[in-house]
Amino acid sequence: MSMIFGVPLAVLSGQLLIGIINGAFYALLSLGLAVIFGLLKIINFAHGAMYMLGAMVTVLMFNALGVNYWVALFMAPLLVGAFGVVIEYFLLRRIAGQDHIYSLLLTFGVALIIQGVLINWFGVSGLRYTMPDMFKGGINLGFMFMPYYRAWVIVAALLVCFGTWFVIEKTKLGAYLRAGTEDSQLMQGFGINVPLLISLTYGFGVALAAFAGVLAAPIYSVTPVMGSTTLIVVFAVVVIGGMGSIGGAIITGILMGVIEGLTKTFYPPASSAVIFLVMVLVLMFRPSGLFGKEA
Amino acid sequence: MTTNATRNYEQLNISGLHAYYGESHILHGVDLVVHRGELVTLLGRNGAGRSTTLKAIMNMVGRRTGSIMVNGEETMSCAPHHIARMGVGYCPEHRGIFASLNVHENLTLPPIVRSGGMSLEEIYSMFPNLYERRFSQGTKLSGGEQQMLALARILRTGANMLLLDEITEGLAPVIVEKLGHVLTQLKEKGLTIVLVEQNFHFAAPLADRHYVVEHGRIVEEVRADELSAKQSVLDSYLGV
Repeated sequence: MSMIFGVPLAVLSGQLLIGIINGAFYALLSLGLAVIFGLLKIINFAHGAMYMLGAMVTVLMFNALGVNYWVALFMAPLLVGAFGVVIEYFLLRRIAGQDHIYSLLLTFGVALIIQGVLINWFGVSGLRYTMPDMFKGGINLGFMFMPYYRAWVIVAALLVCFGTWFVIEKTKLGAYLRAGTEDSQLMQGFGINVPLLISLTYGFGVALAAFAGVLAAPIYSVTPVMGSTTLIVVFAVVVIGGMGSIGGAIITGILMGVIEGLTKTFYPPASSAVIFLVMVLVLMFRPSGLFGKEA
Repeated sequence: MTTNATRNYEQLNISGLHAYYGESHILHGVDLVVHRGELVTLLGRNGAGRSTTLKAIMNMVGRRTGSIMVNGEETMSCAPHHIARMGVGYCPEHRGIFASLNVHENLTLPPIVRSGGMSLEEIYSMFPNLYERRFSQGTKLSGGEQQMLALARILRTGANMLLLDEITEGLAPVIVEKLGHVLTQLKEKGLTIVLVEQNFHFAAPLADRHYVVEHGRIVEEVRADELSAKQSVLDSYLGV
């Protein structure tokens, strides 16, 4: 069997695959955070809860109504996005323009409430979600075994990331978002309904998290606490990439997943700390992040 | 086109306008009227409340009381985007060119609020520099080009009342002259213009009337034909 640096190729590529998949989730989640931060200037601590809601809604819709995976892939982000719009309209809007600490506390509180209610109903042991039949099995690539579902996760996450990047960087709607990020008051002075744009942006950002949640449901354990553990890492990814950069959030997400996977192969004890180590280094040498603009 | 009827149409009527930024009380009862097709300036020293008056019209200050009628409609309870959609185009003092957008995107950003705006071709022929640099980042332009972009941007939207805040500030004389030509052309098109201006020599030949603002109030109104008679009064207010 071929070896690379004393590690079997199959093990290395297996860990790389897991790294890319984790990276795809980091990318989707930090992308949503970056979109929200750009226009609303808030750090959305409820993001992990929205990711978890996406997965929980998928499982619950299947168990209660038999809603299949493909329908859930659209329905869960839609429902969670609508829930986000409600939260923005009734809560976040009231503290707009205040110090960051208010929105931080408010979104953190929202996350705790959502998580607490769901723990109360379902416990923390995790719900089972059966993988759709068409994704069972995989393909032997010669050097490794590639499960179909994992391949699908990478493709779906990359498509959604690219689509979001395209809309924001290349379309009129995206121009509104970019301009609103710089000076939303002037945008409103031009006749653009900025309050509506803000609601929809928050809804879209959390819908991205919910989409990641649906993708996660068949491969990760679906529990009310799955968001809070993921979110810590995602925040580190966002700090590394630089807050507010759309392309940066995507690239950094995938890159950090890969670095984590490689660390797992070569020095497993450091695998859960390596992203934070990178964060420390980035903060020392590029405080505004790899892709952030110098403030 | 310019019949007496349109001349007397009050496009903007402000009465008893007070405006506040947090605790500071900036406007202390502004009263002014602008008729359709007029070019009116707000003159005065820095901090007199001229820019705040424009921002208050757009509902971009902290708190306002009094009355602001646009086309005969009360706008005190309107959100800024509703006011813009009544045909008010605002060009802020800081120009507000977006760094994350190129020149073309900056130009086409504000939505069309009324029919009858200038087409992109007309705008680019009025400002050929902008056409040449249409794919440059908005903030990479020179100060004069940025000012032209900020002005051009609201001409496309069909807004028929323009609020222009210090558009000549810090610009070279040749650019100021160009802006003067542009304003003359816009006036000929029948646009209503409210101009906040420091440069009296720029404003004097263009304007139909001048309001002098001091301590958040209108203290003097001077028609163009009274300029020479009231020159000494103006000088004492403006300190030139």
